[in-house]
Amino acid sequence: MNNIFTNNIKKIEFDALIVGGGGSGMRASLELAKSGLKTAVVSKVFPTRSHTVSAQGGITCAIASADPNDDWRWHMYDTVKGADFIGDQDAIEYLCSEGPKAVFELEHMGLPFSRFENGRIYQRPFGGQSKDFGKGGQAARTCAAADRTGHALLHTLYQNNVKEGANFLNEWFAVDLVKNSKDEVTGVIAFSIENGEVAYLKAQATVLATGGAGRIYASTTNALINTGDGLAMALRAGFPAQDMEMWQFHPTGIYGAGSLVTEGCRGEGGFLINKDGERFMERYAPNVKDLAGRDVVARSMVLEILEGRGCGDKNDHIYLKLDHLGAEVLNSKLPGICELSRTFAHVDPIYEPIPVVPTCHYMMGGTPTNISGQAFTRINDKDHLIPGLFSAGEAACVSVHGANRLGGNSLLDLVVFGRATGKHIQSELKSGGGVDSATKSDIEKSLERLNKLNDSSNGHDPADVKKELQECMQNYFGVFRRGEFMKKGLDQLSELKEKVDNLHLKDKSDAFNTSRVEAIELQNLFEVAESTAISAYQRTESRGAHARDDYPDRDDENWLCHTIYDPISKKVSKRGVNFEPNKVEAFPPKVRTY
Amino acid sequence: MFGNKLKVSLYRYNPEEDKFPYMKNYIIDKPERDIMVLDLLHLLKEEDQSISYRRSCREGVCGSDGMNINGKNGLACITPISSVIKRNKIELRPLPGLPVIRDLVVDMTEFYAQYEKIKPFLQNETTAPEQERLQSPEERDKLDGLYECILCACCSTSCPSFWWNPDKFVGPAALLQAYRFLADSRDLKTQERLEALSDPFSVYRCHGIMNCVNVCPKGLNPNKAIGEIKSMLHKNKKDIIVSDGV
Repeated sequence: MNNIFTNNIKKIEFDALIVGGGGSGMRASLELAKSGLKTAVVSKVFPTRSHTVSAQGGITCAIASADPNDDWRWHMYDTVKGADFIGDQDAIEYLCSEGPKAVFELEHMGLPFSRFENGRIYQRPFGGQSKDFGKGGQAARTCAAADRTGHALLHTLYQNNVKEGANFLNEWFAVDLVKNSKDEVTGVIAFSIENGEVAYLKAQATVLATGGAGRIYASTTNALINTGDGLAMALRAGFPAQDMEMWQFHPTGIYGAGSLVTEGCRGEGGFLINKDGERFMERYAPNVKDLAGRDVVARSMVLEILEGRGCGDKNDHIYLKLDHLGAEVLNSKLPGICELSRTFAHVDPIYEPIPVVPTCHYMMGGTPTNISGQAFTRINDKDHLIPGLFSAGEAACVSVHGANRLGGNSLLDLVVFGRATGKHIQSELKSGGGVDSATKSDIEKSLERLNKLNDSSNGHDPADVKKELQECMQNYFGVFRRGEFMKKGLDQLSELKEKVDNLHLKDKSDAFNTSRVEAIELQNLFEVAESTAISAYQRTESRGAHARDDYPDRDDENWLCHTIYDPISKKVSKRGVNFEPNKVEAFPPKVRTY
Repeated sequence: MFGNKLKVSLYRYNPEEDKFPYMKNYIIDKPERDIMVLDLLHLLKEEDQSISYRRSCREGVCGSDGMNINGKNGLACITPISSVIKRNKIELRPLPGLPVIRDLVVDMTEFYAQYEKIKPFLQNETTAPEQERLQSPEERDKLDGLYECILCACCSTSCPSFWWNPDKFVGPAALLQAYRFLADSRDLKTQERLEALSDPFSVYRCHGIMNCVNVCPKGLNPNKAIGEIKSMLHKNKKDIIVSDGV
């Protein structure tokens, strides 16, 4: 791949272009494929290799199967509380009230949900779930296909996209957004991984559905491909990111390997023990114990370890005990977990506990959008829609998860907002909406990064720089944070910036050059890491997943708000949280205990 | 022979540089702990950026990194090197039978085409209820061992019948999915699905060699599913003859 000029690249035009072939991207695409608009999904992997496939425990939704009296308002209450009150209540209301429709649609598409005796969809208890607005005890609201719900969901969506004849540009990698002079988004520059062909994919609507970026941390449950490509493209184009300090550490990643062990294990009756065999969550969350919010459980585990009660030779992990559930339950409800722990922890959960440790899992922040998936920027402290740009799923921050996501809400987020985005684009484009064309120089700007990498004859080794970046984030921006340490991390990041801008791509070949992809992914990771670090340093309180030693309390007076990170000034500003749902009274902030 | 060293013999082919593929040997220190074959590839790639392979979830659920490891197809990310080292040596090749794009990356177009051919989606044109369609746990149990396929292609590319007729024989992976929909109580196109499979090639090129069962990294049994399809086809044929007679 030599220097690419605008004159010699192919232009392919679409009505709508979806970047990312995971749950939200394929749900949006399904909506658009049925509409007759010219749509394509650009995915750097074959769609069923997307990270949605790794989701295990289920999709939380008040379909009133386990409990015929279940109510989406209870789900909404739990989500607002789980978010530590900085989730937007209009969006959470939409998520929980539209959810049942979206889940039933998945079932109609063929998703092989597990079943109750009466033939309805099986639901299991998950953390942070309650009946009657926290007053009626534990709810069982997570719809499951054994412990392979993400796999079942992603394959079902792909299958239905095949049915509807959707277009896929598989193993194409999107490099950067193209913007016109009015700051409207007009598509992306992308290249075929298979043969290196570069193209300008022009679109009236561009959807970033690129998922999370857990790979900014050294230890993560995320797939190797989770590098925040879409969010980073938006940041490079000068568009903001919201709530980037909010990263969920899942209580149960397999010690040493990072693979996820679903919260469904605790939902089915498993619990955590320390080296003394004590069920320590009884001390931290006396009411719901192991099914408290993930942030609460993860912090409790780290405290146990810090206080010397961790398990193993180094006292550096915790045990997840499942053997008391019996082989039958484990084999029928948690077969994937049994397989994973045998492979990666060398233990059989039927007989022994699984060694686990809190592990980076989910990005609550992302490109800010409204409930129709329309991305916005901030001008004079007001939301200002970005024509042509949309986002959904983990890449977006709509925001339904606020400071801490509840288990099972991510899959619901994907399908509800992927669907809403698809529907919105359809009506917008059919009523004549769209964006102006980009000029040659606009397109050239978006080619700069790729060209620089292709021209590099010396510089830093991407593999080394990536390790440094991940170690830095792990050390200074993990489960517990402190101002002085984060300052060190920020200094290290500014040193890394120079390296990230000057990577050496040794292999310049065109055929399936994964080194080129990895170098660009590293630059994307850096964008996300930098926005995380700066936002985390600025938020001087503890809320949800953001826990600071130096500011241990929640500070509603100053921080009951979103943070907005501006990539140009690298400054953080505040944005109000929505407390105006349409169908119910807002839930006011209160002390969050489990 | 190599002491504390490990010899990795890797299939290399870059269409821009190589006229023919070749095996390249890498001698590395034996890792201190048991690692997966995928981790081994990461180590090699840190030394030699030009090595190409697919990977994503690194935990055996996405199906990206199917390859031929010491002669047997498997997923690199869940195959511990201890289970495959022979005389301090590991040989890694692309999945057999498909065109090679580069190194361990194969062109899976034909494999996906067979998958699409079996109409891998639920077909039920009746008006959907407001809630879910009901399915008993017993009916749902019939999908276990079928829906879990990750499309890694380890089975189809180990199948001599698929090597021989990749365009006409549907292959074990797609046939497993064909049966997944035949077995689903909610799917109403049983007859059409069977008719589409009734030619001499689609199903009947399976001769029960069982390589598919032997290599499936998810422990699935395509051969059993193919047997079920064959008996459904057989029964279907008899039913048609009987009804013709009436």
